Amino acid sequence: MSALHTAVADDWWTRVFDFSDYGSLLALVHNSLIAGAVLGLVGGLVGVFVMQRDLAFAVHGISELSFAGAAAALLLSMDVMLGAVLGSVVAAVLIGLLGTRARDRNSIIGVIMPFGLGLGVLFLALYPGRAANKFGLLTGQIVAVDETRLTQFLVIAALLLAALVAMWRPLTFASIDPDVAAARGVPTRALGIGFMLVLGLAVALAVQVVGALLVLSLLITPAAAATRVSASPVVVPVLSVAFAVTSAVGGILLALGGSVPISPYVTTISFVIYLVCRLVGNLRTRRGWARRAAVGEHEGALVP
Amino acid sequence: MSGAVPPLELVGGRLAYGPRTLWEGLDLRIEPGEFVTVLGPNGSGKTSLLRAVLGLTPLTGGRLTIQGAPPRRGSRHVGYIPQQRLVDPSAPVRARDLVRLGLDGDRWGIGGRGPRGRVDALLAAVGASAYADVPLGMLSGGEQQRVRIAQALGTEPALLLCDEPLLSLDLRHQHEVTALIDQMRRTRGTAVVFVTHEINPVLPYTDRVLYLAPAGHAVGAPDDVLTSERLTALYGTPVEVLRASGRIVIVGGDDAHAHHVEEAAE
Repeated sequence: MSALHTAVADDWWTRVFDFSDYGSLLALVHNSLIAGAVLGLVGGLVGVFVMQRDLAFAVHGISELSFAGAAAALLLSMDVMLGAVLGSVVAAVLIGLLGTRARDRNSIIGVIMPFGLGLGVLFLALYPGRAANKFGLLTGQIVAVDETRLTQFLVIAALLLAALVAMWRPLTFASIDPDVAAARGVPTRALGIGFMLVLGLAVALAVQVVGALLVLSLLITPAAAATRVSASPVVVPVLSVAFAVTSAVGGILLALGGSVPISPYVTTISFVIYLVCRLVGNLRTRRGWARRAAVGEHEGALVP
Repeated sequence: MSGAVPPLELVGGRLAYGPRTLWEGLDLRIEPGEFVTVLGPNGSGKTSLLRAVLGLTPLTGGRLTIQGAPPRRGSRHVGYIPQQRLVDPSAPVRARDLVRLGLDGDRWGIGGRGPRGRVDALLAAVGASAYADVPLGMLSGGEQQRVRIAQALGTEPALLLCDEPLLSLDLRHQHEVTALIDQMRRTRGTAVVFVTHEINPVLPYTDRVLYLAPAGHAVGAPDDVLTSERLTALYGTPVEVLRASGRIVIVGGDDAHAHHVEEAAE
């Protein structure tokens, strides 16, 4: 009885962690590691604005439509990347145009998301090919990145980074302080649509690596963790990128040693980072993050 | 004083949305350092006036100049203080970041280290140095509005627009914020246009009142405009102005129009 237990446990364990042949496997996922690192860089930066603009739910909605696009491409024997990009850009633009207010936005996402997921399931059900391909779109795959795909990936990532750098300051202003930004002449609406496009493309990249269901772990969790421990406009993006790269690359390296999909590793790493940051943030608040220098005739209300 | 370029000059101003005219024939010349309080019920066009000054809404008729030139989006001659809003305590922005955005947040690119010395000086001017590095969401409402005043003064504007900045502040903070705005306009010569529902906190500082009402508008010293006769004429319904121990209470008028007319600006 106990021998059987041990055998089952062993089997379970080797499926999740098995590092024999690790060296030769590593060479196979060279491209995926590059893609993971670049995705961490883009995702970490995009995540900062996703937090500022309160777009977490939108990210989820876009990723489901990105999944539908990729599944349609698979069914029609088209490029999966192209399908994912089309799906997420359509979703991002729809959400950006229709939902300028948070309440409208959430209901629109709530309507679009299940429709996208349903379409995706339909396309996958009709697709006659290998089941692993189907599953990979939802939960991520690590060996799918060949040279052509990597080049596409890097070109899109470079475009996104350039766009983010260009609109960094006004986008920050428009996200944090929309009324005053508009008064200061910042084109808040155009920036909002522009950011939705960036977000859509970033989601399409992330779907390739971690799968549609777990995009949030690279586009939200790292930035959410970073804002727990800092409010600095420099430290938050740097930490967010560091966390996202660690999760993506670390997840791929660990996934290599098992036969389960990549996403549980990525999500677990980013979740643990988040937990640690929450603890640190709570300690910092308790030690007096809001404490003022003890000067000045004006004393403000102390925050608990 | 009247020889200087006026921070704001409105001649025969008219603003209408379709068939509905908010105000017309509005003449207003504001001198440097003047404190003008804008009163009126919801939907009377107070916010629209601010939007016109900010260059966000064009006038339907008449002529508006800011510092001698037509209004322009993002003009550095105009500072803007909005209502205090709830900021998420975990929002990644500190008091000093908000002030800096007012200085160069309208420019493209990342921006590097930025004008740190200017930000420190602005925070010191409003007495907010002690919490310059505290996340905005961890500040009290009054402290947040102090930071907003520093932000609005960043471009050394000739004109400071205050859009209900006292809303949701308690009495003590209302007093502090208005006193600070008054101090800033006296030391810097910045003209102030202060939109509010509540006249009493700003009454001691107000040079002139612009009262926008359904049946017209009035401009003048508070004692001349805020009378039962003038307001009854402006509203077209009986309005009574009561004065008690330096405070003014306006009965009628406001309530009748507050509900069925919405702010058209949104």
